[in-house]
Amino acid sequence: MFMIEQIIFIICLASVGYIAYKRIRRIIQNIRLGKDEVIKDNPSQRWQNTLLIAFGQKKMFDRPLVGLMHFVIYVGFLIINIEVLEIIIDGIAGTHRLFAPILGGFYTFLINFFEFLAVGVIVVCAIFLIRRNILRVKRLHARELTKWPLTDANLILTFEILLMLAFLTWNASDTVLRERGVEHYNIAGIGSFWFSGILSSLFEGWDTTALVVYERFAWWFHILGILGFGIYVTYSKHLHIAMAFPNTYFARLLPKGEMRNMPVVTKEVRLMLGLPETTNGNSDTSVSTESADATPGRFGAKDINDLSWKNLMDAYSCTECGRCTSECPANITGKLLSPRKIMMDTRDRMEEVGQQIESGKEAFTDGKSLLDNYITREELLACTTCNACVEVCPVSISPLDIILELRRYMIMEESSAPGSWNAMFSNEENNMAPWKFSPSDRFNWADQLKSGQ
Amino acid sequence: MSETINFQVPTMAELMARGEEPEVLFWVGCAGSFDDRYKKVTIAFTKILNKLGIRFAVLGTEESCTGDPARRAGNEFLFQMLAIQNIEVLNGYNIKKIVTACPHCFNTLKNDYPALGGNYEVLHHSQFLQQLINEGKIKLQGGGEFKGKRITYHDSCYLGRANDVYEAPREVLQALDAELVEMKRSRRHGLCCGAGGGQMFKEAEPGNKEVNIERIEEALNTNPNVVAVACPFCMTMLADGIKNKEKETEVKVYDLAELIDRSL
Ligand code: SF4
Ligand code: SF4
Repeated sequence: MFMIEQIIFIICLASVGYIAYKRIRRIIQNIRLGKDEVIKDNPSQRWQNTLLIAFGQKKMFDRPLVGLMHFVIYVGFLIINIEVLEIIIDGIAGTHRLFAPILGGFYTFLINFFEFLAVGVIVVCAIFLIRRNILRVKRLHARELTKWPLTDANLILTFEILLMLAFLTWNASDTVLRERGVEHYNIAGIGSFWFSGILSSLFEGWDTTALVVYERFAWWFHILGILGFGIYVTYSKHLHIAMAFPNTYFARLLPKGEMRNMPVVTKEVRLMLGLPETTNGNSDTSVSTESADATPGRFGAKDINDLSWKNLMDAYSCTECGRCTSECPANITGKLLSPRKIMMDTRDRMEEVGQQIESGKEAFTDGKSLLDNYITREELLACTTCNACVEVCPVSISPLDIILELRRYMIMEESSAPGSWNAMFSNEENNMAPWKFSPSDRFNWADQLKSGQ
Repeated sequence: MSETINFQVPTMAELMARGEEPEVLFWVGCAGSFDDRYKKVTIAFTKILNKLGIRFAVLGTEESCTGDPARRAGNEFLFQMLAIQNIEVLNGYNIKKIVTACPHCFNTLKNDYPALGGNYEVLHHSQFLQQLINEGKIKLQGGGEFKGKRITYHDSCYLGRANDVYEAPREVLQALDAELVEMKRSRRHGLCCGAGGGQMFKEAEPGNKEVNIERIEEALNTNPNVVAVACPFCMTMLADGIKNKEKETEVKVYDLAELIDRSL
């Protein structure tokens, strides 16, 4: 009996490993569809950000209550997964609670602590479900959060509750079996568990065979659930549980106001102005995705392969929490733009291209693109470049960077600016100011002052 | 004291001809040069520089737009044309230190120009004024015009989030001995006035409200006597908002430089 169970377990584990491997490889390849960008500067600052913002969840505490609740799930999941290690070894070796004799009294403490966290996770997930579906918190409802994204969020929360319930009832049924001294379960030295102890009374009346069946069911449900969850996550906004860490590490350190330079343009402009090609500019401190000598591809971005790999990593890291959108001045005043949607669109387009590659087709031959098929010009034009979205994102995403690259494509490749912008451009070109004033009048403001008001 | 001063606005060309170098270049910016309302701010700041005897200069007609609106709108060619020409002028005069009353100019000169060969120490006038206050060079007359008045400060995106300058403008306001009241969304969470990223130069996209109206409502909720700004675009947007709410007699929009100049 145990042999068969072990074999099934190993097969499950191996298949999950294989699926996960393929999926992770796909994600990495999708991110690599983006342009090269060297991000190597200042590793100590980067580690510090990763520690504070990703591990320490610093920005989540901008909203202290939600931050705390999210922290419970985060810590719960991180720590309860230590238990998964024992479960996997037990599953492979056919043992039961292998760590108990080794850890002695500490084992009882550990399981109690896990149970405490599990209860915390259940409570918080329930509150989150209520906030999302009954209280209908505004930030969690938007035109981009219908259909799959809405189901995704609810599925995850429900699933987390079920997993934790399986863990608790597994401990409860196991405790009864241990107390009855049933063989394989009768491990000495395990103390009582607080929370599952309460649940044990539910199982006391059961006969031993039924108990064993339930114990096995809960054990399998819990571990297969976690493994399945691991795969599911890679298709979901919940990928942030992994991506938040590298994404924070690679987040830009420059002042938010600085825009990515375009060396190809610099080269051309200097040529036009009759200036020597080189400058003493410290361009190595600035972000740019191309070197000046690279064959100029597109100006700006029309599709995901025109964006930097970091923009694409951003898209896989987005949790769809909508903090960005809730602080976006354009969105607040009813415009179409939602920075969260920019990230979701980028990710959807990336997945679409990835699937083409997966099915053996050549990428980017479907006649679609991120601009127009996903993100409209009306959205792009509404951005005030205020950086509110960038500032507030808990996983250091920049929706603004993508918006600006798409705008560059619109203006530089298509010259499709609104009329009033074209007028501004021509003023800038002819009058060196965005308004139609003569450059020779630029200093007139001082006349009044010099004449003693 | 201001009546006795003979105000000077030296240009770099004049200084160069005299073989002098200024302590700091005052970058006026397009709004500061052409916008009727913001010209008052330029004049106020020039007066402060004069009153304190700071050796400054301006570029006068040699200044061009930094290119910020073009760059944020997506027109990189136009931006770099303007930027590189400005850098030629600035480097030609061997400029080291720049102060400007426009956060957009500030951001572009400070962050966008280095990659194009323009490296300067760039200060926003709020930082410049704060330094002068800290050094004791600005001494405000006790019981000035704004003492005890309720002032709310609107964070400019290009000063705040773009460059993490949140405290300097507030410290300047504190020197006025006024009552500083914060809006609900301030500092990192400050709400944009709606003008950045080229919005100043086009109609807003369809929506259900103008951004400046949303912002001025929030500002008015603090019952201010003065809405203080540190940016020409914010100035326009919020002043328009106040007109829209027909509050222009009760609530004034002032730039930091005006507040300081009037109390100096
Ligand atoms: S930068 Fe653009 S997208 Fe981001 S919050 Fe501001 S207006 Fe919205
Ligand atoms: S971009 Fe950041 S703030 Fe916006 S929804 Fe995604 S994770 Fe949340």
